[in-house]
Amino acid sequence: MIVVTTEYIPGKRIVEVKGLVQGSTVRAKHIGRDIAASLKNVFGGELKGYTELLVESRREAVERMLAQARELGANAVLNVRFATSSVTQGAAELYAYGTAVVVVDEVPLSGSAPAATTTSDESFNRG
Amino acid sequence: MDDETFTYIEYGVAIGLVVAAGLVGRAIESAHFRRLRRSEAALSTIVLSNLNRLPYNWRAASPVLVAGAAVIATDYFKVFAAGIRSLVGGRVRSYETLLERARRQAIVRMTDEARRLGANVVWNVRFETSTISTGRRGGGVSVLAYGTAMRVI
Repeated sequence: MIVVTTEYIPGKRIVEVKGLVQGSTVRAKHIGRDIAASLKNVFGGELKGYTELLVESRREAVERMLAQARELGANAVLNVRFATSSVTQGAAELYAYGTAVVVVDEVPLSGSAPAATTTSDESFNRG
Repeated sequence: MDDETFTYIEYGVAIGLVVAAGLVGRAIESAHFRRLRRSEAALSTIVLSNLNRLPYNWRAASPVLVAGAAVIATDYFKVFAAGIRSLVGGRVRSYETLLERARRQAIVRMTDEARRLGANVVWNVRFETSTISTGRRGGGVSVLAYGTAMRVI
């Protein structure tokens, strides 16, 4: 599965659009992290527990989005975006979304037929 | 001790905490900026861009989604300084540096992931920023930077 934030994949051609796929996760950190964080708030610095939380959330949201894409029979997700929202204090939502598509390899440039070269060049203007 | 003495002690503790937080916070901040400059210099060969398309004649291989996260806490001094600033308005410098640290740290982590994957560009970089509250006065900013790592040939 290819996952990108761009609207196209270099060297690939979109043959089928499967539609929007999404994954979200709402996570809370445990009380220990919260206490450590409030101590950190006196002097500043990185809130490592929260950073880890964000990393885990992102992994989970992407995994759920990919599960949807696989179910649709896609082999790539394009134009992936993330959005966050806080539900209450201590819990946050991370939402990942993108467009599931089926892509195939572009006809290689080395092809002798002039038509192949045109297709390959066009793909960089058109996607 | 009468009430007045108590009030003085309370103020004294509060001011002492703000001053201490200011000194320690500033040291943490400048150490963080030094670390950021070092890592940015080490990763400077990787080209970042928020363009969607590669230049016409570039050819790229193996695109992968990469991301970096950072959550940076405020300190008592920053909250205090921002509180004073909000009385008169204007630039809240103490929060500007906080956001800058979080963004740059997130970029560094994202770019480092790209480097580990053997990429030399990260295309269509986006940011997602939000605030985190940890209680009555505390909080921080969380930044997620993400993009598409590729090897341009």
